[in-house]
Amino acid sequence: MNTYKHSVSLDESKCKGCTTCLKRCPTEAIRIRDGRAIINPQRCIDCGECVRVCPHKAKKAVHDTFDSLKAYKYRIALPAPSLYGQFANLDNIGYIIGGLKEIGFDSVFEVARAAEIVTAYTRLYLSRPGIVKPVISSACPAVSRIISMNFPFLCEHVIPLLPPVDIAAMIAKREALEAHPELSPEEIGVFFLSPCPAKVSYVKNGFAGESNYIDHVLSVRDVYFALLDVMRNLRETGTEDFTEAGMVGIGWASTGGESSAIFNERYLAADGIENCIRVLEQIDNEEIHNLDFVELNACNGGCVGGAMTVANPYIAQTRLQSLRRYLPVSPNRPNVSDIPKEAMRESAVTYAPNAKLSEDRVKAMEMMHDIESICKSLPGIDCGSCGAPTCMAFAEDIIKGETNADECTVIMRTLFHDYLKKHEEKAILEGLKPLVPKSKQEKNDN
Amino acid sequence: MGEPLKFHFEVDGENFSSAGEASVMVKKKLRQLGFSPEIMRRVSIAMYEGEINMVIHADGGTADVTVSDTEIEIVLKDKGPGIADVERAMQEGYSTACDNIRALGFGAGMGLPNMKKYSDYLHIDSEVGVGTTVTMRINLN
Repeated sequence: MNTYKHSVSLDESKCKGCTTCLKRCPTEAIRIRDGRAIINPQRCIDCGECVRVCPHKAKKAVHDTFDSLKAYKYRIALPAPSLYGQFANLDNIGYIIGGLKEIGFDSVFEVARAAEIVTAYTRLYLSRPGIVKPVISSACPAVSRIISMNFPFLCEHVIPLLPPVDIAAMIAKREALEAHPELSPEEIGVFFLSPCPAKVSYVKNGFAGESNYIDHVLSVRDVYFALLDVMRNLRETGTEDFTEAGMVGIGWASTGGESSAIFNERYLAADGIENCIRVLEQIDNEEIHNLDFVELNACNGGCVGGAMTVANPYIAQTRLQSLRRYLPVSPNRPNVSDIPKEAMRESAVTYAPNAKLSEDRVKAMEMMHDIESICKSLPGIDCGSCGAPTCMAFAEDIIKGETNADECTVIMRTLFHDYLKKHEEKAILEGLKPLVPKSKQEKNDN
Repeated sequence: MGEPLKFHFEVDGENFSSAGEASVMVKKKLRQLGFSPEIMRRVSIAMYEGEINMVIHADGGTADVTVSDTEIEIVLKDKGPGIADVERAMQEGYSTACDNIRALGFGAGMGLPNMKKYSDYLHIDSEVGVGTTVTMRINLN
């Protein structure tokens, strides 16, 4: 029934079954079963939080490797602007563009360029009469996914345009086919160099529609290490490559960049998945007024905070600030007519609820009755030892038949104490040895 | 048919940033029960407005939500100052909230009007110096 592929894998040999990821998952998608963390793919929004917090490095973001380049005659790299913030002392983005051409790519199309086109479209869209406000950015796939799961009324607020990376992929592939008529579309590989695992599942699950223009997703981390040596040489020899993006496009890498570029102060820009969810709840309750645009990034700091990056997000942002400083605002004079028709959507996000206890209301009510009464009998300390993030989630799991009530360690401890006490009384009466030595003194006697 | 479901919440009067938590929890329950987006939205906005009112004016209170086969009932009870003129309080734009509450973006005088707009039944029982009980019902059929 469910075919959603999420982008986090678990190294079972490293997972200790601790409760760190369990407690931090914003959608309660994780459970600990048989001492290992498992993810419910229906609930996972690929925010990467569990990858970031795992103390044992057992959670890994799934992405493609450089091996995938081999399958194509012509390879196009789509670097995310956050890649530029990974390098210390970089004064010319041209070294990255040139470097990419030396590590296996035939051409480069910067996602920042496409971001400038989206910015131009957003400005125009906001001026249209009759649109639902606030308009919500479609750029962060984790945010789009949580809207589709939990916020039916906010779906139509999401701007009906695909994110910059898809537009970059469409334009880059079209340009490559025009420049190389000898190539067939299958011979051209489009590679997104991504800061986040959410984009991996976004591509795998075809969020961008039936015809996906991105073929593979590499991690910014892998690309960073592949580029280091090459870029060192380029800095000595110089490069003729240069960035075609401007301040606006590169600004998209961190929170506030996308919003500030629309020249409308009535915007809200938030980051961190918990903050994003809270903002969405408040918009849903009609609690925020006089707002035209909302930019939400699941990662702290924005895309620079992605789980597949190397640098601290705030350091990366500082580097981007100095890189942007001497760039033109938006050098390509992006025009809304540059947007491929396929990138426009009737609606960017469709409501797909997945939290129903049962399709039958009466049955769902009965289940919730049972959940509430079990929950009352639980300790309410949300310790996670049972494998569920909260006592309420545990009660739900019991009723859904996914776990047993005796997994609650707090209740089991009480039962065990009672048992010990009874045994002790019996032991005194019958002159038997106690099950557990009472004190050091007794231990020594044994 | 089934026995009605009852949920009880304590609404903390001290904390503005957590105001609205009870309505978010109720929304989650309604989602699990498979209610339509429209019902979820009406319940959640009506309840949210009431919750905020209790935080602003009455130092908190309690919220009791009952889900039956035919309706969802929300009862908000506080021991606040009470509403002197309920009819006037129902007018759009009327608010007794002080300036520092307004500075937080509240006190637009839309709370009670919105509660009326999103519910099928609204009853306010208030006594000055004793407290206020607001009962809202949303029909399911």
